[in-house]
Amino acid sequence: MQAHTEEHHIVPKRVYALVFVTLIILTWVTAWVSTVDLGRMNIYVALSIAVFKATLVVLFFMHVKYGSRLTKLIVCSGILWLMLLLFITMSDIWTRGWIGVPGR
Amino acid sequence: MASHTSAIEGHGQHEGSHDPNLKHHFENAEQQKETATLGMWAFLLTELMFFGGLFLAYFVYRHWYPVAFIDASNKTDVLVGAINTTVLICSSLTMALGVHYASKGNRKLLVMFLVLTLLLGGIFLGVKGYEYHDKWVHHEIPGEHFECHGCRDAGHASLFFSLYFGMTGLHASHMIIGFGVLLVLIWQAWKGKFTAKWYTPIEIFGLYWHFVDIVWIFLFPLLYLIDRVGKPLL
Repeated sequence: MQAHTEEHHIVPKRVYALVFVTLIILTWVTAWVSTVDLGRMNIYVALSIAVFKATLVVLFFMHVKYGSRLTKLIVCSGILWLMLLLFITMSDIWTRGWIGVPGR
Repeated sequence: MASHTSAIEGHGQHEGSHDPNLKHHFENAEQQKETATLGMWAFLLTELMFFGGLFLAYFVYRHWYPVAFIDASNKTDVLVGAINTTVLICSSLTMALGVHYASKGNRKLLVMFLVLTLLLGGIFLGVKGYEYHDKWVHHEIPGEHFECHGCRDAGHASLFFSLYFGMTGLHASHMIIGFGVLLVLIWQAWKGKFTAKWYTPIEIFGLYWHFVDIVWIFLFPLLYLIDRVGKPLL
């Protein structure tokens, strides 16, 4: 039983190889695509690629895909908290100029 | 001490001989490892919020002073940044393979991949040092002698460089701490401390190392890649 559950956590090497190659390719793709004029989309493309890369690292290198549901919950709650910090603050910063303030 | 030992033997051991690495307050090795993993993730979440504050500062100032950030961020070298990102991803792979061979109980390959991780981390820090030196030579370190040649909003350009040094410096300090821990782990692995049944410190350190890699995965686009349109890559 013990041996069985531990065997479960060993990720095959070809998974690591595939994730590694994807990460390297995306690193150079994101460097190249930053020189292409996509208007306002440049930053979103760069951040989307970064989020995808980070997800690969968390799921496979950090074994969260093979982890317990409690680990998955903890990881997701941490990301949620970071998003609260970023989006609630930025929603203020982004929208301050939208409506004129009377008397100014 | 004698009663302590008997408590260990009387508890939590359902099969075979006693595993000295299994603490008596855990049911079994699986639960002990799960606890350690969860504890590390709790720590990593505090780290996430720690770096998160700096990322937030970056987004706020980038929104307020876009022109300064465009000109200042073009002072970083994309090629050097991309090479360093590649080096760090390689070190994440060698770390993952280190954990893999630890789980197989292969001492020699574990030590080899930990040493490779150490070397790649060292190369990353070396390249970072080269970049810092370059910034020093060009007076791009915020302070009395700060200069930003060709910047339209040099006053606020120093904000970009404050964040650049703050974020990459905090990241580099994490790598230096990781460097120290790696040295200890390599020594312990060489001494044969870890077995296929118990290699928790390797696994836990792997989580730390990959986390530091993830921070860089976000620092690279934010500090090197945004507002590069029309500039050659090489």
